[in-house]
Amino acid sequence: MQVTSSVRKPLITGGKTVHDVTEDICRQVEAKPSKLWGMAFGISVVTLGIGFLAVAATLWDGIGMWGLNKTVGWAWDITNFVWWVGIGHAGTLISAVLLLFRQKWRMAINRAAEAMTIFAVICAAMFPVLHMGRPWLGAYWALPLPNTFGSLWVNFNSPLLWDVFAISTYFSVSLVFWYLGLVPDFATIRDRASGLRKTIYGALSLGWDGAAKTWSRYESVSLILAGLATPLVLSVHTIVSFDFATSVIPGWHTTIFPPYFVAGAIFSGFAMVLTLMLVTRAVFKLQDYITIEHIELMNIVIMVTGSIVGIAYITEFFISWYSGVPAEQYAFYNRMNGPYWWAYWSMMTCNVISPQLFWSKKIRTSIAATFIISIIVNIGMWFERFVIIVTSLHRDYLPSSWAMFYPTIYDMGVYLFTFGLFFTLFFLFAKFFPVINMAEVKSIVKSSSEKQPA
Amino acid sequence: MSDSKDFIIGVYDDEDVLLDSVRKIRAAGLKIHEVYTPFPVHGLDDELGYKKSRLPIAAFMFGMLGTTLALTMQIWMLGIDWPMIIGGKNYVALPDFVPVTFELTVLLAAFGMVGTFLVSSDLKPWKDPKLLDIRITDDRHVLAIDLAKNKAMDVGQIESALKDSGALEVNEKKVEE
Repeated sequence: MQVTSSVRKPLITGGKTVHDVTEDICRQVEAKPSKLWGMAFGISVVTLGIGFLAVAATLWDGIGMWGLNKTVGWAWDITNFVWWVGIGHAGTLISAVLLLFRQKWRMAINRAAEAMTIFAVICAAMFPVLHMGRPWLGAYWALPLPNTFGSLWVNFNSPLLWDVFAISTYFSVSLVFWYLGLVPDFATIRDRASGLRKTIYGALSLGWDGAAKTWSRYESVSLILAGLATPLVLSVHTIVSFDFATSVIPGWHTTIFPPYFVAGAIFSGFAMVLTLMLVTRAVFKLQDYITIEHIELMNIVIMVTGSIVGIAYITEFFISWYSGVPAEQYAFYNRMNGPYWWAYWSMMTCNVISPQLFWSKKIRTSIAATFIISIIVNIGMWFERFVIIVTSLHRDYLPSSWAMFYPTIYDMGVYLFTFGLFFTLFFLFAKFFPVINMAEVKSIVKSSSEKQPA
Repeated sequence: MSDSKDFIIGVYDDEDVLLDSVRKIRAAGLKIHEVYTPFPVHGLDDELGYKKSRLPIAAFMFGMLGTTLALTMQIWMLGIDWPMIIGGKNYVALPDFVPVTFELTVLLAAFGMVGTFLVSSDLKPWKDPKLLDIRITDDRHVLAIDLAKNKAMDVGQIESALKDSGALEVNEKKVEE
């Protein structure tokens, strides 16, 4: 018996049965890697390798290889760090916040979004670690360990240390959440496999047997993890924004930073989820699970968070004028009309105008338009971080120390390295792990599937 | 020293029929060993009479442990062991300790609860689950009745009870312990 709602659109099309879900999702895990996958994976690994040369040079010769100077002591590294962390946020938002809100449309996309979170956070972490210069000593500076300077401890008053705790907690909790979600699906693959595959997926599935008692506990664990991860979504980017907001640099020292950073993070995260999901759905033929309905709903989230970001930009300007502090006023005037005007206006165009296009139903249900806008949004969000960081730093308090930032090939190489790392990990995930949460999707087949053909 | 258990299993393909069937089987006085499903069936734990999980309590306790640990660590390190004035603040600048305290609370709550869950549900990489039916992880629900615990009825009666409740198939299974 199928139940169809006249109010809600089906989340699964094509008249799928529960068994079809297993077949469709397990197919790409069980099949030999396709040529397309091999090519994409190959390109990622090559990118990773080329980028690694820049990482190696940075480790060998020090961060003097980067384009930083005494005035702009923080540029692409922290831009990329904040950008990658932000991208991660959509995954947790989709899997945790939407779970608490009982949004069933999250089910087809949460697995890949969570994977994206984990890989993005790994990429993000590369930057502060490399910025340490000698990361092998980093544990002594970043973790509360007794060290050789006497028992001088880390500084718990520092937002940079808060970052260490926030990012590592975020990473490990997201990893556990993701893995736990994978366990029942690994069991499904285990029971279809034989030989070595059975052993590997058997170990990964932790001996899952689908007992009602376990499911009951599992559901309550998922719900509490979601409840724990929800404030984590807010706290991580809030703490990242504290890196700036607790300082006294004009252009950074603003109370709007925490909510504005969180909105920006979700904005860029959803854009990245869309970029990846549009490709994944086409390559793995998952159009029946990731439907236009899903894309439209994600676009609406982008539209809302993009508008919040837009309002935040305007508010920052208003407050800098209203504060009557010349240094603040100058910082914002300089952003718009100074030497980095092009970065500022790129940011404005990409982040404020492009999401507004989604008011049109035609655009937000168009795959091509969504794909293009999702990339524009990610470019715009990168510029946002760049503008905040570099424009605020390059005009120091003394005009004699005013400077510009020019990235070197090593800056670009390290950024490239993280792209290679991200896509290498994502392609491995897409090949060897079920990209859609089968168990969850199966639970809505009856209520949210399109009516089966008679 | 191998020991074996005899089960009679009913196989279902619809979660609503399964829920209804659990109710009927229990009403008929049969003890259900366990129900196995490919996805979480809401309301099944109530029908089976399972008590509410105490995992939320575990999560809370671990969270409190995290809070205590974080505060003790920060107060001891910066307030007692090596006091230092940073930015003119107190040695023990509690508002500044909030982020780390929050993060450790969440970290310990999450890890503690998941650890408790894995232990209480006996999930571990080297476990062989001994499924009663291979289709449990695909698309079939399985209701298992342990013969040893239902001596009041004979096999035929149990089988017909399962059939009547809507099971598609009824099979006998022997599981080596």
